[in-house]
Amino acid sequence: MYDFTALVQSIGNFLHGQFSPGVATALEWTLVILVYLALYAILGLVLVYVERRVCAFFQLRLGPNRVGWAGTAQTVADALKLLLKEPVTVNKADKLLFNLAPFIITLAALTVISLVPFAKGLQAFDINIGLLFIVAVSSIGVVGILLAGWSSNNKYALIGAMRSGAQIVSYELSVGLSLLTMVLLTGTLQLSTIIETQANGWWIFKGHVPAVIAFFLYITASIAEINRGPFDLPEAESELTAGFHTEYSGLKFAFFFLAEFVNMFTVAAIATTVFLGGWMPFHIGDWAGFNAVMDFVPPILWFLLKVSAVIFLMMWFKWTFPRLRIDQLLKLEWKYLMPLNLMNLVFTAILVYLGWHG
Amino acid sequence: MSDQLDLAPATDLLTSQEYFVNMGPQHPSTHGVLRLVLTIDGEIIRKVEPHIGYIHRSIEKMCEKDTYRQIVHLTDRMDYLSCHINNEAVCLAVEQALQIEVPERVKVIRTIVDELTRLASHQLWWGVMGMDLGAITSFLYGFRDREMINDIFEETCGARLTMNYNVPGGLMFDIHPNFQKRTKDFVEHFKTKLPEYDQLLSDNPIFRARTEGIGYMSKEDAIAYGVTGPSGRASGFACDVRKRHPYGMYSQVEFKEILMTDGDCFARYKARILEMWESLRIIEQLIDNIPEGEFQAPTKQVIKLPKGEFYQRVETARGDFGVYIISDGNKSPYRLKFRSPGFSNLFVLDLVARGSKLADLVAIMSTFDYVMPDIDR
Repeated sequence: MYDFTALVQSIGNFLHGQFSPGVATALEWTLVILVYLALYAILGLVLVYVERRVCAFFQLRLGPNRVGWAGTAQTVADALKLLLKEPVTVNKADKLLFNLAPFIITLAALTVISLVPFAKGLQAFDINIGLLFIVAVSSIGVVGILLAGWSSNNKYALIGAMRSGAQIVSYELSVGLSLLTMVLLTGTLQLSTIIETQANGWWIFKGHVPAVIAFFLYITASIAEINRGPFDLPEAESELTAGFHTEYSGLKFAFFFLAEFVNMFTVAAIATTVFLGGWMPFHIGDWAGFNAVMDFVPPILWFLLKVSAVIFLMMWFKWTFPRLRIDQLLKLEWKYLMPLNLMNLVFTAILVYLGWHG
Repeated sequence: MSDQLDLAPATDLLTSQEYFVNMGPQHPSTHGVLRLVLTIDGEIIRKVEPHIGYIHRSIEKMCEKDTYRQIVHLTDRMDYLSCHINNEAVCLAVEQALQIEVPERVKVIRTIVDELTRLASHQLWWGVMGMDLGAITSFLYGFRDREMINDIFEETCGARLTMNYNVPGGLMFDIHPNFQKRTKDFVEHFKTKLPEYDQLLSDNPIFRARTEGIGYMSKEDAIAYGVTGPSGRASGFACDVRKRHPYGMYSQVEFKEILMTDGDCFARYKARILEMWESLRIIEQLIDNIPEGEFQAPTKQVIKLPKGEFYQRVETARGDFGVYIISDGNKSPYRLKFRSPGFSNLFVLDLVARGSKLADLVAIMSTFDYVMPDIDR
């Protein structure tokens, strides 16, 4: 049921039947790029709206509720406003790097999202080193942040960028190690295969303690990696006004803003894929009837549901906790998360060696 | 604390260079138009130079040509969060000079409104404190409860922030018939909400890590710099004017002077939270015992103070607020000086913040609770 492989295959076959191989490939690529650009923009708009509503409810407010149905068009209106704004470039800023930075961040966010499997067969690139690629590419984003801070000719931006550099490089380790734990359990780096291994139970349930620990480590570390609260030091507005994007306005600011939200989606999507069974429905042992009903829900809905749950968790953190200080942040990583991660990895390796994993 | 105050320049391996950062006058956490020139080594603060005067309106000079009734209205615009208490300072000074005995009813109402003002100020401070440390939600929680107090004020005297409820000799109006009921409702409501404040911030490990042991000020420093109010009391400096030089009804109600010895950001935070409980206690004792009577003592249309010098201290939400009047017998003062608590509290910042991180400076400034118009005047 609900297999997108055939559909995707038939589109490919159709294009290859109509055009010469070169043109067909080019068309395929264009199609993929257009779809993902649209997805990127829509995700950004939807998530900004959701964030504003969720935080409003945490804060005894209503949030946007006037433009469109229940305020849904508010983010569209805001996006249009940002489009119309004058792009201000600071005096004595490094023009090339200043203009390049938002694109690097967008590029990193967009590349990572292309590996996310939305449903069976609904994935742009299913490469066999999927997880490795994600970890590698997502760290390109820090280059954009560093460039933005460096080129802005603003001390606040520079401090924000330097903090960001230290933070992302540190937390990259925890993200990588917690995913590595899961690679030990699944025995593969390919995202579609990781999901296949969870047909008889999600890793968070069948992966024993190591998977649960890895899940929490991954969520913590990746919140820090995408600069969200309580780890939003690079843009700590009460200290650094807006951190690395202080001097950006209009569309270029929108790029940073969008990338932040899309990164949040990506992190939630990877958590879903690796720990929560991706698009696999929720099954309970041998309750055949219950499982059949669960199977009836389309996998893409399952996927989005799980991703929403993780995103809600991250928003909950952000709107509850105060911000850490930079030295406390680094201490948390190097003194607690990293050793815990390494121990977890060794423990998992022993489990796998003994053959006790699912 | 030793690593906090270690000022040795970092010269090993990598050479580092100190640089200046202009924090303010437009900055989210300077709470108004304060400009701090920071000397920073990486993230570590080496020196803080406060530059003030961006909202100086020469209120003291303006007072020299205003009548005593008019001066009361100017004090609202200084520490706008303690406006009622500022008003009272001038009124008390004038009453003391003219030796007017205000009715008992006035004293009780003034004290209740004083404490409500203090609560409103501390609620706002609590919200902003959370926001400065990145927990934006607390800001709206603080405002939710402050709104109730503002509503009471609005019903009482028509204004929500700059109330001008005091006049020399008494109050501008009598209280609204709903005043007692609404105040009691508020006290009941806030007694359930104040523990929530603790849940959201005080018990949060991140909040503790950000405030405990940060920005230490010793008792000696507090006395030397004249840091009063909850900030001074958190260092153990017993400076509560309500206890030392009681005015209004403070000599007849029971309340504790909150004294702490830690002297760090968390002590200053905790001192204010505990002070809110004490304010609630004072209101509870007085609200059912408002005596009948006049709400104003008879005063002359044009108030002329006798020749001489008069000084009156009150305890605002920020500390020891003083009014010093030199009168030459005319209808306006010859010279008038305000001793604003914020001014003294601001200039200890350099001493307290040296050696701590940039993010700590925000926490320290938050716990000193600066209101810029109070400092610049």
